[in-house]
Amino acid sequence: MKGIIDQLDKAFESRVRLGLMSVLAVNDWVEFGELKQLLDVTDGNLASHVAALEKKGFIEVRKKFVGKKPNTSFSATKQGKEAFANHINALEQLLKSQG
Amino acid sequence: MEDKTASLEALKDIKSMMERSSRFISLSGLSGVFSGVFALLGAAAAYWRVNMAPWAIRDTHTQFGTGKIVRIDYDVAVFLTLDALIVLMCSIALAWFFTRKKALKNNLPLWSKHSKHLLINLSIPLVSGGLFCVILFYHGLIGLIAPATLVFYGLSLLNAGKFTLEEINYLGLSEIILGLLSLFFLGYGLIFWALGFGLLHIVYGILMYLRHDR
Repeated sequence: MKGIIDQLDKAFESRVRLGLMSVLAVNDWVEFGELKQLLDVTDGNLASHVAALEKKGFIEVRKKFVGKKPNTSFSATKQGKEAFANHINALEQLLKSQG
Repeated sequence: MEDKTASLEALKDIKSMMERSSRFISLSGLSGVFSGVFALLGAAAAYWRVNMAPWAIRDTHTQFGTGKIVRIDYDVAVFLTLDALIVLMCSIALAWFFTRKKALKNNLPLWSKHSKHLLINLSIPLVSGGLFCVILFYHGLIGLIAPATLVFYGLSLLNAGKFTLEEINYLGLSEIILGLLSLFFLGYGLIFWALGFGLLHIVYGILMYLRHDR
């Protein structure tokens, strides 16, 4: 029992991060604005969660300019996808173990 | 026990976020139901108009085997075309209305990259099919038009199904099967149209409504 809980990744404890990784798990590159709308969060809130996941090496950030407007997109790294898959597995294990 | 509820919630969140972000899920089942009803009304109008001109029936019977019609009355052709266009426009208008309503309710954009993908992937086979049928008409192969519209419509739905609710794939497959079947019953195009565009839309519309809209 204890072992399973240890497998849950602390990085995904917040709902926003969980949502962020879910979106990036099934999409290639997602723009900042689109993520903001999907997750229903403020700019600052999203930026801080993005920074935390980037620091862990779970997501990749790409900045480019479309004309004069900066355009930031995000993508999950291989490491991030694996960590997220493990996290989902752990959640499922937890559900089964307590039938 | 609390852990269990929390992980169940988390898994639900993950699933819903994956769906919301990768497909256009706002497509409303009600739009299917209403386009089905319009199609049935349109088919009834067409049946009534065609029966007004007794020769038209005789001519449709001559198309067995070759799918060829000897002559088609200009008035009847115009009536049927207008009939189909009115059904199409009413269906699109209501589909837009209900889908917009559902998108607002889900707090999702109506115009996103997913709805764009959906429309492009639906349109290419659909427009090809439309042109194909215009050319069939040009060659006088009237009896082949109903099967061709059903098959092309099914292929269009199947192509668009990847970008929206999975029921669309099954609706597409059903339309293709019905279209192929109707090839064996040339001359009964109107009945197969009523089945394909009327009944199937209503059945799948109700199914989608029950599964996703409530």
